[in-house]
Amino acid sequence: MGVEGIGARVLRKEDKRFITGRGRYTDDMAPSKTAQAVFVRSPHAHARIVAIDTSRAKAAPGVIDVLTGADLAADKIGGLICGWMIHSKDGTPMKAGAHPAIARDVARHVGDQVAIVVAETKNQARDAAELVDVTYEELPAVVDLARATDPDAPQIHPEAPRNIIYEWSLGDAAATDAALARAAHLVTLDIANNRLVPNAIEPRSAIGSYDPAEEHFTLYNTSQNPHVARLVLSAFVGIAPEHKLRVVAPDVGGGFGSKIFIYPEETACLWASKRIGGRPVKWTADRSESFMVDAHGRDHLTHAQMAFDADHRIIGFKVATRANIGAYMSTFSSCVPTYLYATLLSGQYDIPAIYCEVDAIYTNTAPVDAYRGAGRPEATYLVERMMETAARELGVDPAELRRKNFIRTFPHQTPVIMAYDAGDYDATLDAALAAADYAGFGARKAEAARRGKLRGIGLSCYIEACGIAPSAAVGSLGAGVGLWESAEVRVNPVGTVEVLTGSHAHGQGHETTFAQLVNDRLGIGIDKIAIVHGDTDKVQFGMGTYGSRSGAVGMSAIVKALDKVEAKAKKIAAHLLEADESDIVIEDGKLKVAGTDREKSFLEVALAAYTGHSLPAGMEPGLKEGAFYDPTNFTFPAGTYVCEVEIDPGTGKTEIVQFVAADDFGKIINPMIVEGQVHGGIAQGIGQALLEEAVYDRESGQLMTGSYMDYAMPRADDLPSFRLMTTETICPGNPLGMKGCGEAGAIGSPPAVINAITDALGIRDIAMPATPARVWEAYRAAAPAMAAE
Amino acid sequence: MAKVSLTVNGKALTAEVEDRTLLVQLLRDVFGLTGTHVGCDTSQCGACVIHLDGRAVKSCTLLAAQADGAAVTTIEGLAVGDELHPVQAAFREHHGLQCGFCTPGMIMSAVDMINRLGGPLDEETIRHELEGNICRCTGYHNIVKAIEAASAQMAGLSQAAE
Repeated sequence: MGVEGIGARVLRKEDKRFITGRGRYTDDMAPSKTAQAVFVRSPHAHARIVAIDTSRAKAAPGVIDVLTGADLAADKIGGLICGWMIHSKDGTPMKAGAHPAIARDVARHVGDQVAIVVAETKNQARDAAELVDVTYEELPAVVDLARATDPDAPQIHPEAPRNIIYEWSLGDAAATDAALARAAHLVTLDIANNRLVPNAIEPRSAIGSYDPAEEHFTLYNTSQNPHVARLVLSAFVGIAPEHKLRVVAPDVGGGFGSKIFIYPEETACLWASKRIGGRPVKWTADRSESFMVDAHGRDHLTHAQMAFDADHRIIGFKVATRANIGAYMSTFSSCVPTYLYATLLSGQYDIPAIYCEVDAIYTNTAPVDAYRGAGRPEATYLVERMMETAARELGVDPAELRRKNFIRTFPHQTPVIMAYDAGDYDATLDAALAAADYAGFGARKAEAARRGKLRGIGLSCYIEACGIAPSAAVGSLGAGVGLWESAEVRVNPVGTVEVLTGSHAHGQGHETTFAQLVNDRLGIGIDKIAIVHGDTDKVQFGMGTYGSRSGAVGMSAIVKALDKVEAKAKKIAAHLLEADESDIVIEDGKLKVAGTDREKSFLEVALAAYTGHSLPAGMEPGLKEGAFYDPTNFTFPAGTYVCEVEIDPGTGKTEIVQFVAADDFGKIINPMIVEGQVHGGIAQGIGQALLEEAVYDRESGQLMTGSYMDYAMPRADDLPSFRLMTTETICPGNPLGMKGCGEAGAIGSPPAVINAITDALGIRDIAMPATPARVWEAYRAAAPAMAAE
Repeated sequence: MAKVSLTVNGKALTAEVEDRTLLVQLLRDVFGLTGTHVGCDTSQCGACVIHLDGRAVKSCTLLAAQADGAAVTTIEGLAVGDELHPVQAAFREHHGLQCGFCTPGMIMSAVDMINRLGGPLDEETIRHELEGNICRCTGYHNIVKAIEAASAQMAGLSQAAE
C-alpha cells in the first residue's frame, strides 16, 4: 500500500488551512460592493398573506430594495422542485404543491420567507426587515403526523387533499398477509422515529451575483452538490441557462444531507442581484433560521408486524409508515421514506415476504428531507427494535435470534428490490460480541446492581445501501437525474496531477483519500496531487456527495480516468524506451520496462506528452483523461453495534458505559478518516436516541426547539469514547471494492442504544429521545415497588 | 459609533464601529480575520472562541467596544510563523477535525484549558471543559485524543523548561 497509498493512515492534506484559520467558507467571502440580505419570515405556522407594505422598509437607511413573492412571480422565476417522482399504489403521481422561493399568498410554516430585504449592511437589512408590514390572516395549522390526514385537518396545499402526497407501497401484500396468518409468533410494535435538525455547524450561506454585461450569474454557496444546484436553478427555477450560471461550493462546514437541497434563499439571492443591478447579494443564516428552514430529518410513525415460525425464523414482515414531509416537498424528500427506506426492511435477514405501505404527508412544519442515513436509519431502527423485541418475547438470546436469520449466501435478492452483493454478518456480529465481552454482561449487570445502577445491553445489526446508484435503475424508480459520477485526471507537463471530481468534500477528507488513490497508481507522492472540486466552471459535471457515495462512485470514476491516463502514458514510455507497450510497468513514479533497468520518470513521460516532440505516430499531444462511472449496483455496508448503558434510577440519567462498532465497509482507503466518519455518525445516532428532537407546539405550530438552548446537541461530556473495528468483504460492484462509511454510525447506533435502555429497564419500548425524564417515568411505571423504596 | 483600539495577534488596530457591533463582527467583517467563525446566535456553539487578554471568550458575546484596549489572539495568531502551536499540530495528528468549522474555536478553547489547568489532562476533564464547544462531525472522540496528547506534550515542555 505504501506510506501514502490505499490503506495507509495518511494525515489530511486539507487540515493546515483549517487549523490555522485559513479555511475559506462562503460567509468568509466579501466580493466588492456586496449587499447584505435578510429575509422576512412568517411568525405563523399557517397564514394567508393579505398584504405586504414595504414602503417604510424601502425608505429605511441603507436599504437598496425590498422584494416579495409578487415581484418574483412578475419576473417569472419558477418554483423549487422535488426531483424524484413517486407514484401511489393506485398509479397516480404524487400530489406536490407549489414551492415558490418567496411565499406569495400563503405562508405554510413558521419561518417561511415572505420578503427579502437588501441593504448596504446586515444591520441595516435587519432593521429594515422589522419595518416590512405584513398583514396575515392566521389559518389553523397542523404539525403532527397523527392528525394531519383527519378530514377536518387544515388543508395545506390545494393539490394534495387531506394533505396526502402519496400512498405508496412496496412488496407482496398477499404473501406477507399469508405469512402473518400462519405465524407461530407475531411481534407487533408501534414506533416513532423522532424528528431531527441536521445542524451542520456552519450555517447555510449564499452570495448571488449577476454580471449584466455577460448576462451571467455566479452563486457561492454551502452546497454538497454544486452541479445539481446549477441544473435545478437553470432548468427548473429558470435563473439562467447552465452556461450562464456558475455555482461554487468552497469550503463547506458540514452537511449531513442538509446542504444537498436547492433552497429558496440561494434562488432569491441570485434573482435579487439582478434586480438591484448586479451587486452581489449575500445571505448567511442565523442559527435560529437554520432551525426554522433547513430541511429536517426522520419524523416517521410506523406500525409493524413481524411473523416468526415455530423455529424462530422470520417468515413475514408487514410495515405501515406515515412520513412527515413538512410544508413543502424538498429536493429529494419523496425518495427518502420510499426507495431509501422500504428497500432496506430486510435488514441482514432472510425474510421471504415483506410488504410496506408509506403515506407521505404535508404538515405545517419545515420541509423534511435526507439527513445522515436518509431512510436507512428509520428502516434499521424499525428492524432492529423488532428483532430485539422478538427475542425477548420468544425468550431467546437476541444475538442468536439474529444469527439464526442471517443471510449467508450472496448475491441475495430481497423481496424489496435490493440484491445484496456481498457480506459476512456473522463476522461483524462475532467481532462486536467478543470486543464487548457479551458473555460477561451478566456479571457486569450484577455488579452495577450492587451500586444501585440498572445496566442494559443492546445490539443492532444494521445494513444500508450506499453508492447511490445505477442510473437506469433509479430512473425506472422515478429519479429525475442519473446518479453516476465524473472525474478528470489532468497530468501537468512537469508530472504533477490535478484530479477534477464531481464529488464534493465538506469534512470527508477527499483531498487526502483521492490523492492516496492516485498515488497508489502513479507513485508520485500525494504532495504532487491536487484534488479540485466544488466549482462548476472547473469540473465538467458531478452529482455531488451524499449517501456515502464519494468512495464507491466518485473514486470509481477516478479509477476509470486513471486507467486511460496510464494506458496513454505507457504508450509514450514504450515509444521513448523503444520497448513494447505491454512490457511497461508503473512503479514509484517511474515507467519501467519490466525486468530491465530501462525507465523513464513520470515527469519525463508527462513532459514528452506536452512537448509533442517524440510521440508515437498519430498520437495526440497532452495527458488528460476524463471518465464517467455509473454504478452497477448499490453497495451494502453492514455491521453490528453493541451499546451498554447504566441508568441511575434516581435521576433517569443514562450513561453509555461501552459502545462497540464492528463495520464491514469493504476496501478502506484511509482507516483514520473512516474511523472519524464512524465516530461522528455514532455521535449523531446517540444524539437521536438520547438527546435530540425537533418539537413543534401542536396548537400554535411554533418551533419549540429553535436554538441550541432548546435543542439538545450532543456535547463532549454526553458521549463516551468508541471502540471501533472492521471486517472486510470486498464489494464486487466497483473497481476498488469499496462500500462506503459515511452514514453507518448514524444508522446503526440508535437501536443499539434504545435496545440497551429497554433491556436495563425491562420494558418493551421507550420513545426517542430517551431523556432522563422519560427514562425516569418509564422506570417508575415499570418498577413501582422498587421506585417506592 | 464607537472608536475601538486593540491589539490583535500582536498588531495594534483601530476601527470606528456602530455601538452594537460584536467583537466577532469586528474581527471578521472589519479586520478580515475570518478564521473566527459564527455557528449560532445564542453563545452556545463556541466556534467564535478567541483569547482576550489571555482568557478564552466567545467573541459573539462581547461588544467590540468592550475589547477596547485589550489584547486579542485569534486562531490566525496562534502559530509562530510556520511553527504550529502544539494544540494545532495535535488536532491534525489525531484527526481532531473534519469540516473544520468548529475547529478554530475548539483549538482556542483547548489552549485555554491547558493554560488554566496545566497538563496532562484526562479524558473526563477534557470532555467537561469542552461543554461550550459543539462539533457535529467528529463525535469529539479524536478532539479529546488531540487535547490529551497536546496537554501531555505541553506539560512535558514546560517541565523541561523549568
